[in-house]
Amino acid sequence: MAQADEALAVELYTQMALIRRVEETLQALFRQGRMRGTTHVSIGQEACAAGVVGAMDRQRDFVFSTHRCHGHFLAWGGEPRALFAELFGRQTGVCGGLGGSQHLCWNGFFSNGIQAGMAPVAVGLALSRKAAGEGIGVAFLGDGTFGEGALYESLNLAALWGAPLLFVVEDNGYAQSTPRRMQHAGRLAGRPPAFGVETVVHDAADPITIRRLAEALTLAVRADCRPRCLYLHTYRLAAHSLSEDYRDTEEIERWRRADPLAAMRRRLPDEQADTIDREIAARVADAVAAAEADPPARPRAVPLPEPVALPSLASAGGEPA
Amino acid sequence: MTPAGSANGTVHPHGGGLTFRASLTEAMDDLLREDPRVLLLGEDVLDPYGGAFKVTRGLSGRYPGRVLATPVSEAAIVGAATGLAIGGLRPIAEVMFGDFILLATDELINHAAKFRAMYNDQVTVPLVVRAPAGGGRAYGPTHSQSLEKHFLGVPGLKVVAPTHLHDPGALLRAAVADPDPVLFIEHKLLYPLELRPAEVHGTPYPTAVVRAGRGEPAVMLFAYGGGVRWCLPAMGRLAEAGIASTLCLPSRIDRFAAWPWWDLAGRPPAAVLVEEGTAGAGWTAEVAAQLAEAGNPPVIRRVTGADDIIPAAGHLEDAMLPSTDAVVAAALALVR
Repeated sequence: MAQADEALAVELYTQMALIRRVEETLQALFRQGRMRGTTHVSIGQEACAAGVVGAMDRQRDFVFSTHRCHGHFLAWGGEPRALFAELFGRQTGVCGGLGGSQHLCWNGFFSNGIQAGMAPVAVGLALSRKAAGEGIGVAFLGDGTFGEGALYESLNLAALWGAPLLFVVEDNGYAQSTPRRMQHAGRLAGRPPAFGVETVVHDAADPITIRRLAEALTLAVRADCRPRCLYLHTYRLAAHSLSEDYRDTEEIERWRRADPLAAMRRRLPDEQADTIDREIAARVADAVAAAEADPPARPRAVPLPEPVALPSLASAGGEPA
Repeated sequence: MTPAGSANGTVHPHGGGLTFRASLTEAMDDLLREDPRVLLLGEDVLDPYGGAFKVTRGLSGRYPGRVLATPVSEAAIVGAATGLAIGGLRPIAEVMFGDFILLATDELINHAAKFRAMYNDQVTVPLVVRAPAGGGRAYGPTHSQSLEKHFLGVPGLKVVAPTHLHDPGALLRAAVADPDPVLFIEHKLLYPLELRPAEVHGTPYPTAVVRAGRGEPAVMLFAYGGGVRWCLPAMGRLAEAGIASTLCLPSRIDRFAAWPWWDLAGRPPAAVLVEEGTAGAGWTAEVAAQLAEAGNPPVIRRVTGADDIIPAAGHLEDAMLPSTDAVVAAALALVR
């Protein structure tokens, strides 16, 4: 490997391994009853997050994410401790414990749990950055998102008005429990081009290729302020959320053997990978301990209507009609 | 009927022939001129058409590139405006008919209104969504509704409904200056009405107070928006019958506190609550509940639209919406 590729491999493996470790830890914390609610992990899809988000400029760009947002958040540079604290319901959480797993906001990163709802918002923010003369955005979507009309309104508006936005589809083949073929007629990757949005399709196994594609596409978006789409085929190795996984076990096993994280690890010298793993394990353990010990989230002060200085209406007396 | 001034109240300066519609257009003209962050977007808002109700007429020519005609995509209009607002701009989105706001409800409730709170105050969403609403023009079941009751009680969302007794342009300016999203309800029948001076209280979304008849009011009316068109003539007729009344006409209808107004009007023994929307579970139900909760409430009647669709046939629409007669009858039934 060339030196640059080697450095990139280390960066991407580190990123992916951190995401994997954090999300496996979250699964354990829920199993142990130390966290309440639910969560959606991206185990198996880390290459998309690490590959794409790393191509963005954290100083001026922004990221819109979905219910499955932890990987994107961590790749954007979000702190594991703040993420754990958010899910523990702590003051130090990304959103003070008010947002939880699906609703993160930090330094130009926004996620929400409504399918396609963030797509037009991402278009609007991209247009505001265009007006300001700098910055572009990335908006993550899933294959299930293509069931929502707001997505098509957004693709249309983005192309029509020239929004500097990269749509990234993480097509993991399932919307919750329902396979893509039972949800969608036709070819999903053919839809953005129908709006004039140039689309590149890739099998998401290799994060280095994803990074190169994302770099090329973001460069193009920056150059002409027109939207692009990167359509990634991927697979989640875990269930949709904390519920049972009803997918075919052989299918899951087949994908597990092709785990992109394991493949990436094989590209590094064993010793180096071991060191990275050890450091990440320690970092995550520290983050969990610190976050769990943080003070509980505070209730939000509900704003009341502005007080009105009322006159004495009784004493003023009315006029005859 | 002459609305009386008050030592504490403010008689707003407008009048002099400016219409409700022109007041809004003028305010947007001023906002576009004064603040480079302001932009308008909506369906058919460009000249020469100037919007379905002509509120944006003249603006696209004066501010090219800042008045944006959109596709017929209400979710994208409100969603994109939300993103523009997060990005530091001050978008005013127009939904052509208030009925169509339902197509953008997810963007309004699950996105624009949520962000500030669920992101722990890391963002604000200074968004205004203007929605021409209400019936009276025989536009039928899907172009005549008063749907605002469905948007009351949404955390993070304000609902403002001006009348020609407020200063609609000033209210729009207040909404644009507001750090939080505002659903701005413009009743279609108010557009051609000339503004008239009235006693108003409170900022930035004042409540207008109108009193008619001699002596202490026997009945208090609560109404908003288009309801004003029945209340004012009803008050005149009640005064002719020797019944004094006070009308409370808030411009901000979400989180409206009714009791202080009733208290300060001398706790009239009767209250008529008026709204154009369908019967039940609406703004008047909230006002009634607040008055009842306070103890020793007035006797109350609600005057609302029927619990039905708004029929296209004009005479059927007239029969199912509130009316001056219905307001007068409700007041007389309580007072006598």
